[in-house]
Amino acid sequence: MRGSLWEQLVKQLGMRWEDLIVASAKHLGLVSFSMLIAILIGLPLGILITRKKILTNWVLGGAGILQTIPSLALLGFMIPMFGIGMNTAIAALFLYSLLPIIRNTYTGIQDVDKSTIEAAKGMGMTGTQILFRIQLPLALSVIMAGIRTATVINVGTATIAAFIGAGGLGDFIFLGITRNIDALILLGALPAALLALLLDYLLGFLERVTTPRGLKI
Amino acid sequence: MILFEQVSKTYPNGFQAVKDLNFRIDAGEFIVFIGPSGCGKSTTMKMINRLVPHTGGTISINGKNITKENPVDLRRNIGYVIQQVGLFPHYTIEDNIAVVLSLLGWKEAKRKQRAAELLQMVGLEPDRFAKRYPRELSGGQQQRVGVARALAADPEIVLMDEPFGALDPITREQLQNELIQLQRTMKKTIIFVTHDMDEALKMGDRIAVMKDGAILQFDTPEKLMKEPVHGFVETFIGKNRIYQNPEYISVTDIMRDNPATATEILSPAKAMSMMRQRRTDTLILVDDRGTFCGIVSAYDLQSKLEQIRTIQEISQPNEPILHQSATAKDALIAITTTKFGILPVVDDKKRVVGVITRSSLLTAFAEHWAGKEVT
Repeated sequence: MRGSLWEQLVKQLGMRWEDLIVASAKHLGLVSFSMLIAILIGLPLGILITRKKILTNWVLGGAGILQTIPSLALLGFMIPMFGIGMNTAIAALFLYSLLPIIRNTYTGIQDVDKSTIEAAKGMGMTGTQILFRIQLPLALSVIMAGIRTATVINVGTATIAAFIGAGGLGDFIFLGITRNIDALILLGALPAALLALLLDYLLGFLERVTTPRGLKI
Repeated sequence: MILFEQVSKTYPNGFQAVKDLNFRIDAGEFIVFIGPSGCGKSTTMKMINRLVPHTGGTISINGKNITKENPVDLRRNIGYVIQQVGLFPHYTIEDNIAVVLSLLGWKEAKRKQRAAELLQMVGLEPDRFAKRYPRELSGGQQQRVGVARALAADPEIVLMDEPFGALDPITREQLQNELIQLQRTMKKTIIFVTHDMDEALKMGDRIAVMKDGAILQFDTPEKLMKEPVHGFVETFIGKNRIYQNPEYISVTDIMRDNPATATEILSPAKAMSMMRQRRTDTLILVDDRGTFCGIVSAYDLQSKLEQIRTIQEISQPNEPILHQSATAKDALIAITTTKFGILPVVDDKKRVVGVITRSSLLTAFAEHWAGKEVT
């Protein structure tokens, strides 16, 4: 026998700790890069659909459909466009992260008290002033919640990216599955889980420090 | 001066919110719009700062057509207070008050100073409140801040959409009184929307009663109560309303005409028989031109019947009298100071034109509450 799971894990870690660090960094890179693009595109899109009501259902519906495509299939679809490797993985992860960000941006802004907006308008604020001074600050916590959800899902989904050669912590998981080494699967899965928790915590912290004081009372 | 000429608002779905509004509001007037929900009162008010764009006619402020102005500039020059207050929860009280000032580009130091001034004005201690946040304040305090915010840039016109509607009765009354005080000192043109008739009668110089998008009557509180031009206005005000506001009832409406009068040289015996005949215990003494001279009571007459020759000797000339321009409220107050419970009502030349007695006052109010009209 190869010894207990724990012994195996220690053994594998001893053998592969350098690979693990590289893979973790790569995983983090996949997640942060795809999240960055998702925020840069999802946030304005979410704002846009609060102002152009005809687009609301199309955008939310479209992002919803993307979410329902199985991740493996989505990666498959992407290969003809972006080839094998990181680009495809980032594109797919980006698409998966869009929905929570767009939806929470939209909901967050929609949920700002109507009377606050009416007062702002009645005092002569322009649409842009209302957006940046009132709507976004007040919607911030809901938007951040969307980003946190997207990030946690993203970290998990990113393990599948190893299938198309994008690397990351998924490599260990697949290696473990093909070689039937449970410890190897854990070597990929545990750091991925830890990474998800860590990022969630950091974003939560960011959310708390950016929440305006008047809202914490 | 705000002028509405044939103003209407029709929504794209064909619903006509208001139709053919024609009126003029002068500078410094306190105008109340009142009516049931959906009558178009808020719509009418919001057309003034273009929160609701009108679709027909012309609205002008000081001669300038408002559709020709930039709506954002227009709004910055018109104060706006709403029922839900709508303070910005992430701004301090001070910053909330100074919102318009910052939009107008005031420097921070000047904004702070003005905010403190306004806090003082609405009865909130600047040192205690300037740095706090809206959620730390009670509803009444928040609406005080709401009023201060509307007044920040010293606008000529202030629009108020049921500003005290969500407050408890005691706070509401306090704020109403303070607003009346503020209005007296600042002479703003205030457009105030409410569905509370008591509030309307208390606050308004003039009241516009609206129903189904039209103004039924636009008059002073007194006129609305006395001469409602429309059955709905009468019902909406409440038939008995004027009897809750006796300051709007003229004494001539409730006095008894043809009072028992006598000349001073009347003999006690004749006076006695006159009282008996008129079923009264007092006589009003007048001279030959009908001018008030005094009052004689049956009690005095009885006890001094043998000692006097004319009733002049027991006349009480210094009893209170009322001028015919006085109100029922004056009568209610004055009646308590009378010795015999009667108040002669006189004209400009002090000629007696009628009399109010305790019982006639009581009858006037009681008959009304019993559902009968006072004649």
